[in-house]
Amino acid sequence: MTKSRLVMGPILFHWDEQRKHDFYAQVADEADIDIVHVGEVVCAKRMPFFDKHLPDVIERLQRAGKEVVLSTLALVMNGRESDQIKEITQMPDLLVEANDISAAGLLAGKPHVIGPYINIYNESTLSYFEDQGAKRISLPWELPMTSIARLCETRKSAEIEIQIFGRMPLAISARCYSARARGLHKDGCRYVCGDHIDGMDVATLDNAPFLAVNGLQTMSSHYVELSDSIEDLQNAGVNAFRLSPHSLDMTCVAQLYRQLLDRQISADELRQNLKNMSLPMAFSDGFLHGMAGAELRNTLGQGAE
Amino acid sequence: MELVCPAGTPASLHAAVDAGADVVYCGFRDATNARNFPGLNFSRDELRDAVRYAHKHDVHVYLACNTYPQAGIEYIWQAAIDDAVAIGVDAVILADIGLLRYARDRHPDARLHLSVQASASNEEAIKFYHREFAVRRVVLPRVLSLEEIRYLNHRIPVETEVFAFGGMCVMAEGRCSLSSYATGESPNMNGVCSPAAHVHYEERDDMTVSRLGDFTINIYDQNEKVGYPTLCKGRFRAMNKSGYLFEEPTSLDVTAILPELAEAGVTALKIEGRQRGKAYISQVVSAFRASLDRISQGQLTTRSSLSTLSEGQSDTTGAYRRSWQ
Repeated sequence: MTKSRLVMGPILFHWDEQRKHDFYAQVADEADIDIVHVGEVVCAKRMPFFDKHLPDVIERLQRAGKEVVLSTLALVMNGRESDQIKEITQMPDLLVEANDISAAGLLAGKPHVIGPYINIYNESTLSYFEDQGAKRISLPWELPMTSIARLCETRKSAEIEIQIFGRMPLAISARCYSARARGLHKDGCRYVCGDHIDGMDVATLDNAPFLAVNGLQTMSSHYVELSDSIEDLQNAGVNAFRLSPHSLDMTCVAQLYRQLLDRQISADELRQNLKNMSLPMAFSDGFLHGMAGAELRNTLGQGAE
Repeated sequence: MELVCPAGTPASLHAAVDAGADVVYCGFRDATNARNFPGLNFSRDELRDAVRYAHKHDVHVYLACNTYPQAGIEYIWQAAIDDAVAIGVDAVILADIGLLRYARDRHPDARLHLSVQASASNEEAIKFYHREFAVRRVVLPRVLSLEEIRYLNHRIPVETEVFAFGGMCVMAEGRCSLSSYATGESPNMNGVCSPAAHVHYEERDDMTVSRLGDFTINIYDQNEKVGYPTLCKGRFRAMNKSGYLFEEPTSLDVTAILPELAEAGVTALKIEGRQRGKAYISQVVSAFRASLDRISQGQLTTRSSLSTLSEGQSDTTGAYRRSWQ
């Protein structure tokens, strides 16, 4: 079995420049992470805020020994955004993650990463992207274990990645729901998505937590948490594990998953430790088990002390 | 513009042909298509008869095979393509890349259309599907504005088909797992969204509660018309306010902007609704046939007569107007 690599996914939320700087500085200096993704995935309107800092951030992370990958937009809708994708995919010496077919097409023929927003549900599609030069393939969130295992069996050499922690992106739209919730349009959004650093909570009319809105993106309210299945995933051949950044101490989260991957702590202990950290989080792992994605198969972390 | 109409049953297909469709699209009775509802869709024999009837009336038939094959059972989707080509459909509508490659290799002469479920929303993505799989037409996702569609049509080597009437996805199609988050079944994997098997209605005091899986999608008082709990058309709470966070219960109707769509270079108009009955199909297809005929005779504006058929009796031109965003 090849070594399991830990991946820090791109920051999906519209954090301000200082928060992003602090985050990447901490990841560079303290986090036990193999791969770090940077770049904007959700909304092109956010890009001007941090793009200018990216060269420095990338350099700092690389100096700290991290493999750095530039993630790209999940929904590309106009000529300007297409041009941005073209420009990014032509940058030399930088590994890029495609999250839209436009980027995947432009990256063909050189090493690249296929992100979880690209629909890979079966062997033929996986094989197509491997043939195009994909070195790591992050699978969609809704795939069940049976599909993941099958895809691992048939891949040639690409790393197969699964997100194991964080809210799951469930949908993306041309319409901005952060703006709509305030009675604004996307064109005059005032960047209100930045007010919710882990996404805007959306509950049912019965006040049950349901979803989280992040600008154009709709996410799960529940945080996916797959510690209970890590061994199964490793045994199936998954060899990269993605953590999606949230406002809680991600260095600490990374440390917990590293210990879990190295069999130093149990899933139960990991879950208990997560619960002891600041956020009120509900967990789910339903997609992996072929159930509703919001469901949680086993309740862990009740008595790990 | 070509009028592409839905048929969930042979009776609906006859209705669409008789009402003036240029093309009817349908799917096989399994998970290979995005309207995998009980009692709907075509057997192989029914499709053969349908193609014969349509072709006799100079109407084309497209076969939608537009879900994403599950690992280990891709052969089911591949067989659907093989059979549709053998039966003689005029185009196959696909979304999955593995399946597109299969279709291109195995049936080099077949006309391939890119399903809206592939969510090709930009020039580079569309050129990719044309270059790699010789796709001849792309069904555009319902996230693009008229200006964006016009811009695209100047730059891409393939025809475009846009949604004209019926249910409206507010999320980019083929990239939405909201339904499976609540129910375990998704458009991509199962060909269903907010499936009826997971829908429940409850009476609570004077109100009706609609639920999908474990989640309340809406609560109606006595004066409100109870609707189907399609997840993204529900009422939710955010920032201490309740409301239709994603979209009102509304339907798409582009009748008012038909001349603009034609001017923007659109080749074909798609009517959504393979789950609808034949009376509905007849009425919608006839109305669009009449509007298109008036436009081709030089009339510059059109008005819809279909508002009573719309979800919530309200309709919208959706993302085609940029203010929708």
